[in-house]
Amino acid sequence: MNRGPFFVLQAAYGLVVGLLTTLKYFFSKKATIDYPRVPYRHAERFRGVHELRRYDDGLERCIGCELCAVACPANAITVIGAENDPHAPVSPGERYGYRYEIDMLRCIFCGFCEEACPTDAIVLTPRFDIADFTRDRLIFGKDKLLVRDPLTQHRANTESAAETEPGVVPPAPATPPPPTAVPSQPTGAS
Amino acid sequence: MTHVPEWLLTVVIKSAVLIFIVVTAFAYLMLAERKMLGWFQMRVGPTWCGPWGLLQPAADAVKLVLKEDLTPADADRFLYKVAPALAVLTALLAYAVIPFGFYPDGHPIAIASPNVGILFLLAAGSIGVYGIALGGWSSQSKWPLLGSIRSTAQMISYELAMGLAIVPVVMLAGTTNLAGIVAAQARHHLWYAVPLFVPFVIYGITALAETNRAPFDLPEAETELVAGFHTEYSSLRFGTFFVAEYVNMITVCSIQTLLFLGGGDGPWVERLPWLSVVWFLVKVAVLLFTMIWWRATLPRLRYDRLMAFGWKVLLPVAALNLLIVAGIVAAGGPRG
Repeated sequence: MNRGPFFVLQAAYGLVVGLLTTLKYFFSKKATIDYPRVPYRHAERFRGVHELRRYDDGLERCIGCELCAVACPANAITVIGAENDPHAPVSPGERYGYRYEIDMLRCIFCGFCEEACPTDAIVLTPRFDIADFTRDRLIFGKDKLLVRDPLTQHRANTESAAETEPGVVPPAPATPPPPTAVPSQPTGAS
Repeated sequence: MTHVPEWLLTVVIKSAVLIFIVVTAFAYLMLAERKMLGWFQMRVGPTWCGPWGLLQPAADAVKLVLKEDLTPADADRFLYKVAPALAVLTALLAYAVIPFGFYPDGHPIAIASPNVGILFLLAAGSIGVYGIALGGWSSQSKWPLLGSIRSTAQMISYELAMGLAIVPVVMLAGTTNLAGIVAAQARHHLWYAVPLFVPFVIYGITALAETNRAPFDLPEAETELVAGFHTEYSSLRFGTFFVAEYVNMITVCSIQTLLFLGGGDGPWVERLPWLSVVWFLVKVAVLLFTMIWWRATLPRLRYDRLMAFGWKVLLPVAALNLLIVAGIVAAGGPRG
């Protein structure tokens, strides 16, 4: 250790600098987010809890193809598809997701299901706080995953379009938006 | 009804009130420390129990009381159970002689005002090491034993420098009565922290070491010794050690206030004697804040450096300073 003649002064100077540093933080703005009382929002691209989307007319996007379940590396997704009733279709097309379950305790939130989905039905949202007391309640079915109100969905769509950064061309939808006429044109002979 | 002497009744009531005040102060000192440490680290500290977390001490107390009280199988049961009580008892003992201010007639507000007040404080502080030493030793466990050995060595080493830092005050004031020392400072309109700046600093450093506070918290040293001397303690016994530590903090800050910062002396005290209590409390609060500030700033010393600092730096400097002050006083300098 360097013990020159001014060692004590140097040491004292070091202490003062240290004290002033901590004092600066004492008066600085706190980094804490008062979380449950102040909701925290992750970035839009954060991969959190899933959501099953609808088309603007209220029809479900999911066609029960099970590609998400195949893509899932954690085997967290269970899909059972069923034939649409042509007169009261749940989704445009022949089939729809009759049961759609994601085990949130198995899910690793990798987003592969999102990538695999041909109709952009399953998407990951920034929502992250899904703690619960039993395992059963953490297997999310359609009741928890499906977007409820078509109007809400419509609003969300337009908002996310408005939030898109200028200069960035929003990607073209993987599937063309369904014409509202589709439900009235039963495609399968079921 | 048997006759109870009036003085005994007075002392008992005063003591009960004082213990209540001190223990409440402890609870809120702990909350204040957690809050302030949070602020120093850009956090907010406890905020959930009551407004601004003000009920946190109550929640902590309930939690501690409800915990299971464990005694290690090999522990020396009697000493193990006595140690926390001993620690808190010696910590509270000091308040018997601390004058918190002055009555309008000039008498000190204290339970007792013995002529050997300072010696009493030093003695009480020395006994304080027993609680920690016995607590660690009787646990029959490695970390507590190491913690208590450290604390014994540390407290004995730093007590020497502390004593030598107090002696100049006694020489200048010409009395060992605490109220007398405060009165002497008020008479000269000069707090001893100014002429005796070196002992003031040395006392501050040794006070940190005596109370096992960071950066001298080696008896607890979480990163090395789990929790040091109270590793094996749980429930209320752990809480008792906690009370002892924080009460000791308030004690050393009170003593520093009395010896170096003029006790209850301050502006407008002559006209409003009760203001002396406020000044006293303000000074103690500032010193307590500084203690927490040190804790938030400095890392823990290595054990050999702690010992080297105490014996090779603080003790010689304190002794040299004592010689100089003694020379000045002997040459006819300022005196009580």
